[in-house]
Amino acid sequence: MSAHANLERRRQAIYGWLLLSPAAVLLTLFAFYPSIATLWSSLFSRGTRRKPTEFVGTENYAELFADPTFWLVVKNNLLYAGVTIPVSIFIALSMALWANGKIRARGFVRTAYFTPTVLPMIAAANLWLFFYTPGLGVLDQIGSLFGLPSVNWLGQPETALWAIIIVTIWKEAGFFMIFYLAALQTIPEDLKEAADIEGASRWTYTRRIVLPLLMPTTLFIAVNAMINSVKLIDHLFILTKGGPSDASKLILYYIWEMAFAFFDAPSAAAMTIMVIAVLGIVAAIQFFYLDKRTHYQ
Amino acid sequence: MKSLTNFMDSFGAILLAIIWIAPLLFAFWAATHSTSDAVNLKLFSPWTLENFRVAWAGAPWLKYFINTFLLVTVILIGQFVLTTLAGFAFAQLQFPGKDFLFILVLMQLFILPEVLIVENYAMISRLGLFDTILGVGMPYMASAFGIFLMRQAFKGVPIELHEAARIEGCGLLGILWRVYVPLAKPTYLAYALVSVSTHWNNFLWPLIVTNSPDTRPLTVGLSIFGAPENGVDISIISAATLMSVAPLLIAFLIFQRQFVQAFLRAGIK
Repeated sequence: MSAHANLERRRQAIYGWLLLSPAAVLLTLFAFYPSIATLWSSLFSRGTRRKPTEFVGTENYAELFADPTFWLVVKNNLLYAGVTIPVSIFIALSMALWANGKIRARGFVRTAYFTPTVLPMIAAANLWLFFYTPGLGVLDQIGSLFGLPSVNWLGQPETALWAIIIVTIWKEAGFFMIFYLAALQTIPEDLKEAADIEGASRWTYTRRIVLPLLMPTTLFIAVNAMINSVKLIDHLFILTKGGPSDASKLILYYIWEMAFAFFDAPSAAAMTIMVIAVLGIVAAIQFFYLDKRTHYQ
Repeated sequence: MKSLTNFMDSFGAILLAIIWIAPLLFAFWAATHSTSDAVNLKLFSPWTLENFRVAWAGAPWLKYFINTFLLVTVILIGQFVLTTLAGFAFAQLQFPGKDFLFILVLMQLFILPEVLIVENYAMISRLGLFDTILGVGMPYMASAFGIFLMRQAFKGVPIELHEAARIEGCGLLGILWRVYVPLAKPTYLAYALVSVSTHWNNFLWPLIVTNSPDTRPLTVGLSIFGAPENGVDISIISAATLMSVAPLLIAFLIFQRQFVQAFLRAGIK
């Protein structure tokens, strides 16, 4: 009997490793090895034809910390995250409360909210170009009806990042709405009935019952939104290319530029490591504080 | 009073909905009117399909469509195979090292492929896959999220079915293929919809790895076509944009319910 159990255990072990090996190989090639290689190459100098690469320790990091563009990009990204996350969560919540209520044209409303989510960001940026173009764009055309002067939304440092932020919110809110919609549908009907019997106003019901029950969803969405605030940059390629004078440059765009336009791989590596560290902290919050069931129901 | 708040709700919701699809409607309107009418916002000027003809002639769109189609297919097949095998191993097999491997997979959830572009590019070049569709798709195949999703789906399969199939003399892979895979069909569908729309829309990584019209997907083609230095005007850009989003947009409008449920089920991409 024990020999049989032993055989079965060994069989399962072999199968287990065999079944996992294709995924393990690809994860190693495209996630684990690159992470370590990035960390490693961030500790070496940039090689030129005359001077080969050499170990410089944390010099690349020090250089980055002394680079004003880096700090501008960090500041931009913090502002970008700080505005897009709360605003798109707030809009998503309003959308979900509406789309879940008994309103007219509900199908149309839900579709309209969600449509930007299925568009490529590149295509979305092309659509928004039509709004932002100075003189010819829709915003200026509407403004001129009221006698407002033409504004170069994408071409001046004061407004470029805000123009990017608006496109992001437009793209994200409908996606987050879906999670709220799902959460709203799990709230039992009798809570609403009980609140009505007690004579609670709609605002009280929303604030005291609905919002607390949506807290896990909100946290989940917030974590996702934080991750997206690092990776959503496609519209920069169409709308501003990070300009003017770096006013709308975000960290991932800067990494791309460092590596593929300036060919400064060590600086790109150092920045990548910092991004991974920040995302790691976000992930840790996700794992330790969030109810895991809300992710994969 | 009640009907008033109800009216206000409908009004607000519909107003927001109109704002939300306005960019798309404007693009549609601009694409179907001549450039000078579009930039002057002449709302009732005559319709034309000329912009679509010019945009279509301006770039190898058919090639881009085929590339995108091949890309999402290659990624989806790779993901299905890899995540099924790995998800099954994590859900139903006991073996030493399993927990450690699972933590490694968990870690990949926050190491975004987007952030590792530099080293992944080096890896793709080393493998000789630069400027190939396989090279664009490969980093996404062993999706940690997909492994997670399949593990969850397989954990929900009753063990009695597993035992029954074994008594019938089915091998482990036979059980996986005949019992687990059919029962996880809704999960596969949800995963497929999320994966296809994610990779149909992906831009940065294909931009880095592709270099020629033979491999370039739609998003990269569109970004090159729309570059201001190419001197293309807004009506033609709108036409090109609408052409390239049309397949996914039409699919979305037809399978709306499934799409929304897929995103619900799938949580994060």
